Amino acid sequence: MINIISNHWEELLNGLGWTLLSSILALFFSLIIGSFFAIMEVLPSKTARVIGQIYVEIFRNIPLLVITMFFYLVIPMYVVKINGFTAGTIGLTIYTSAFIAETVRSGIQSIDIGQMEGARSTGMTYWQSMRYIILPQAFKIVIPPLGNQFVNLVKNSSVLAFVAGFDLMYQGNMLASTTFDTINSYLIVGLLYLVITLPMSYYMQHLEKKMA
Amino acid sequence: MSMIEFHDVQKYYGKFHALKDINLTIDKGETVVLIGPSGSGKSTLARTVNGLEDIQDGKLIVNGRDLSNPKTNINLLRKDVGMVFQHFNLYQNKNVLENVMLAPRIVLKLSEEENKQRAIEMLKMVGLEDKAENMPSQISGGQAQRVAIARSLAMKPKCMLFDEPTSALDPEMIDDVLQVIKEVASRGDMTSLIVTHEMGFAKEVADRVIFMDDGQILEDSDTKSFFANPQNERAKKFLSKIISH
Repeated sequence: MINIISNHWEELLNGLGWTLLSSILALFFSLIIGSFFAIMEVLPSKTARVIGQIYVEIFRNIPLLVITMFFYLVIPMYVVKINGFTAGTIGLTIYTSAFIAETVRSGIQSIDIGQMEGARSTGMTYWQSMRYIILPQAFKIVIPPLGNQFVNLVKNSSVLAFVAGFDLMYQGNMLASTTFDTINSYLIVGLLYLVITLPMSYYMQHLEKKMA
Repeated sequence: MSMIEFHDVQKYYGKFHALKDINLTIDKGETVVLIGPSGSGKSTLARTVNGLEDIQDGKLIVNGRDLSNPKTNINLLRKDVGMVFQHFNLYQNKNVLENVMLAPRIVLKLSEEENKQRAIEMLKMVGLEDKAENMPSQISGGQAQRVAIARSLAMKPKCMLFDEPTSALDPEMIDDVLQVIKEVASRGDMTSLIVTHEMGFAKEVADRVIFMDDGQILEDSDTKSFFANPQNERAKKFLSKIISH
């Protein structure tokens, strides 16, 4: 194990870096896209709600790998050339955004209807009420489940390995096939994932306790 | 001059006919109390006045604005029509002062200085200026309801709707809240529509009493004659039951 680390630390660090970068990008964009569709799902307009539901139900119920392969193989054929890292990160973003949309939607809907009525009755518009009253309360409620989604996201970023995304899992596969030391290669990769996800989990628990 | 006019208003929840042929005019400055058994439609009626419930037929005019016309800007109407709810509906993510200051800041675009001065004045009026920094979860129900009243008054409304304002309160909290409502309703330029089960309070504060049952207005009389000699049989029965308690 020490051998692999001392001989291949550069590839491993590189993989860790790509995994982190992909995760951060996907986290940022899936939070925005997911919140957007969550709001679509609770709008008074039925058309908006249906569009939101279709998006969520499609991408929540297709395997991440299928979505990623679509962006890796189909999009470059017909639309625009993108590399494996980009395709993987887009797939990860879209897939995660569907789960975030569901999480945020349930948070919004858990806020008592009276909060909206109270705000509307003072002459605030629907959007003002959402912005100042509903969404701040909803996001506070969904911080713990969102944390779970983010931990899942980091783990799911291993899908990049399938599309030559040069991430941690990709480097693990390479190490295993070049050194033939499969056990130690994957042990190291697993430990490196823990280096990212364990602090996240602890931080989430800390936030949860602080808010309770 | 009338503040609120219902002309043959009908309200349905799906197939359920919640408000039937409502005809009612409330003049500016008047205090009208709406009573009736649970499920009679009195809250629904109050909630149509500021458009929280839409109507399916008839004409409803509030402060010169036609609520039966979908093009009417409902937010402009609500600037002038305050509402106090059974469950207070204070913003849980804002402290007491911010609850009062939010709508004047966003809707009326008051300067921070004027807004704060006004908010503190309103909180003083309801006797809670010392709770300005508290969160809604840190005050009692009676205090929360008084903050909710201050929040509505900070918009300087012409009309106030009170939807069972004391029904969710502990008995010993009720008097303080009723006292504040009485003070507000007795202002000469304030039109008030109050849904309540507090008969003693109704007697004291109302110019007129409206009795509703089954989505209909069954009696509409001045306060004295309503309590002394109700005309409608259902109203008689209702009163005899409530007062015997």
